Amino acid sequence: MKIKELVDRFGLQVAAGEAGLDRDARGGYCGDLLSDVMANAPLGCVWLTVQGHLNIVAVAVLREMAAIIITGGREPDAETLQKAHQEGLPILRSPHSAFELAGRLFTAGVGSASGS
Amino acid sequence: MSPRNIIQKCLETSLDLIAICDHNSCENAGAVMREGGRQGVCVLPGLEICSREEVHILAVFGQLEQALAMQAWVYAGLTGQNQPDVFGYQIVANEDSEVLGENPRLLIGAVQLGLGDIVRQTHALNGLSLSAHVDRPVNGIINQLGFIPPDLMLDGVEVSYRLPLSRARRSLPEIGDRPCITSSDAHFLKDIGRACSVLRMAAPTIAEIRLALRDDQGRGVVV
Repeated sequence: MKIKELVDRFGLQVAAGEAGLDRDARGGYCGDLLSDVMANAPLGCVWLTVQGHLNIVAVAVLREMAAIIITGGREPDAETLQKAHQEGLPILRSPHSAFELAGRLFTAGVGSASGS
Repeated sequence: MSPRNIIQKCLETSLDLIAICDHNSCENAGAVMREGGRQGVCVLPGLEICSREEVHILAVFGQLEQALAMQAWVYAGLTGQNQPDVFGYQIVANEDSEVLGENPRLLIGAVQLGLGDIVRQTHALNGLSLSAHVDRPVNGIINQLGFIPPDLMLDGVEVSYRLPLSRARRSLPEIGDRPCITSSDAHFLKDIGRACSVLRMAAPTIAEIRLALRDDQGRGVVV
């Protein structure tokens, strides 16, 4: 599923990285410990986190992620958005918890063979 | 952990210089500084701040006023009330072990302040900014953030007593060429002195520690 489609279907706010909205989401991952995400997030995934530090952009680029979704209505740091903009990496915001949003994404087929 | 007991234990373990760094607070530092002054142990006031990223970062100062100014700034970013039955009593005591009061704030929580801002504020108040126990999975910067942000203007990093300073750089390549020290991170009296760093300095002051961390003017961290 394209990131653009996720934005429309799940009412996500695009905070940065419009240039990357055409990317395909290949699976998903939830995590706020960046060492864990670096080691275990699937390549090309969408990543749900409450962490807003600049390092999330580097982690996302390293794992060739399609997008980052900041959950729980949190605000990422300004420099994070700036860097994501430079990288063309979509940063999306959702007022919902990672649990709730991940459930919806999974149900919609993100992360399963048929939907990804 | 009364001020007098802390200083007594420092004397027993031959520590010349310590920093009192409670979580998000420095309300007990003054009493330990006064007791240390009487008994010949230099005590610096500081805080171990839990940042928005849930990274523990030390802010260590030369003067109590600077630490109190930092504390006021941290308190403004700290929400929640302590629940003593869950998190324990947060006592403020004087050097005679008299309880002056209880801190009602949720000191175990994270402040809504980012690491970059915390380092900048620490430096604005002329303090040293050290990333705490970087070898630890819980609240260590490498575990929380994957790696140490290269543009974070830390004065150094601290490794816990579990990792000998002589092995720290080899075990944790993420430390890079940043200045590195170790300390006890004592939460109990018995922990005081379980690790310490030897610094070559002319006097136990923040300015001298800064020189030692930079390996400057003959000062240095002896590994």
